[in-house]
Amino acid sequence: MPFRLEIVTAERIVLSDEVDQINVPGAAGRMGILPRHEPLLTSLIPGELDIIKNGERTPFAISGGFMEVLPEHVTILADTAERADEIDEARAEAARRRAEELMRERRSDQEMLLAEAQLRRAMVRLSVARLKRGGRRAGPGGGLE
Amino acid sequence: MGLIYQTHTRRRDTRPYFLPLLAFRARKSMASLREIRRRVRSVKNVAKITKAMEMVSASKMRRAQRNTQATRPYAERMRTVMGELTTRAGQQLAHPLLTQRADVRRIGLVIVTPDKGLCGALVTNVLRTASRFVLEQRRLGREVEVLTVGKKGRDFAVRTHLPLVAEITGLGDSPKLIDVLSVATNVINGFSEGRYDEVFVVFTAFVNTLSQKPERRRLLPIEPPAQPTGGARVDYTYEPGQGEVLNALLPRFVEVQLYQTILESIASEHSARMAAMRNATDNAKELVRDLTLSANKARQAAITKELAEISAGSLR
Repeated sequence: MPFRLEIVTAERIVLSDEVDQINVPGAAGRMGILPRHEPLLTSLIPGELDIIKNGERTPFAISGGFMEVLPEHVTILADTAERADEIDEARAEAARRRAEELMRERRSDQEMLLAEAQLRRAMVRLSVARLKRGGRRAGPGGGLE
Repeated sequence: MGLIYQTHTRRRDTRPYFLPLLAFRARKSMASLREIRRRVRSVKNVAKITKAMEMVSASKMRRAQRNTQATRPYAERMRTVMGELTTRAGQQLAHPLLTQRADVRRIGLVIVTPDKGLCGALVTNVLRTASRFVLEQRRLGREVEVLTVGKKGRDFAVRTHLPLVAEITGLGDSPKLIDVLSVATNVINGFSEGRYDEVFVVFTAFVNTLSQKPERRRLLPIEPPAQPTGGARVDYTYEPGQGEVLNALLPRFVEVQLYQTILESIASEHSARMAAMRNATDNAKELVRDLTLSANKARQAAITKELAEISAGSLR
């Protein structure tokens, strides 16, 4: 018995679909949501969001946000959300390096915090992107390495 | 015998005051044929430019409209969540950002304007609304500090000596949420620290392509949207806790609201510019018609004069 999942960001609707289960990076830990979950409001942290539909898993990278769970309906208000195969790995890698660079420079506390957040986001995107690629290796036109 | 030209009179009040090139009026004295032809050429060129600007604005407007619509679901879902939250949590819901202060003394005002002009009365309208609001608040003995988005608003604040505490310019046509965070963070912190007791935003609401209207909206304290109550409901489970979730959710709500007003202002700007440029093109075309008529009359007059001279000569 699936439930409705909506993922929206400030810039667009990322997904609106009937799904069977989702696994989300909640502020209080990773959690799985099945249909008929009790009402829940939680903030999300940067991490991997898995959507399971008909036994098939689709990974997303999100960089924080909120989730409202109602028995038949789940809304994720994400800061950013990207499906694994949408992620540009080269750009994520570049962002990671930039963030690391910034951390090394260690200027003010505020900038440090910002760089840390950027780094975390980049790492999440990278790991999610790799996850997808691991699934279907050796496609034509890779050429990233 | 001189031929008196009809002078060009103002036909419409919609003449674009902002295009001085078009404010041309034929002189009372007899303009030479060559001079009139030159005017025709120059006005035609202006018409080409305004036509091009109209088309550019039309395409930018379509994109801006799409952007505005794309943000709506997020803002709406957030409002639903907030409404759900207020009905479920009821009286227990308390947060500094939701609390109305008893004594309002300081106001933060965000003014959203375009960077560029040439969009009819849009800038004037927003700034008039802003000025009126500032004067009103001052009469109530309140201090107003201004934050601006867009160059026109910044210039206005500087010109009128309003205390300007923050500004963003050069946002472009499709800003991301992150681009406007600085202003949002500024007012949220200002409100939390007691620098402001209330925060408002003045922007141009996009009604439709033909109509845009300056509007004032309160950002802080947040008025939780009323939700049709379907009887008593169970409260949410909050993770990590209600306070933490609200601490994260409410600022985001303010950010998104501000973001939306900015996107709407951008869509309004391009619509207004498109209309202004269409008017300008129409007026230019009308001028071309009038000037061409004058040119033809001048040509005729010259021919008549020459003929008269010739026939006068042959009579002798």
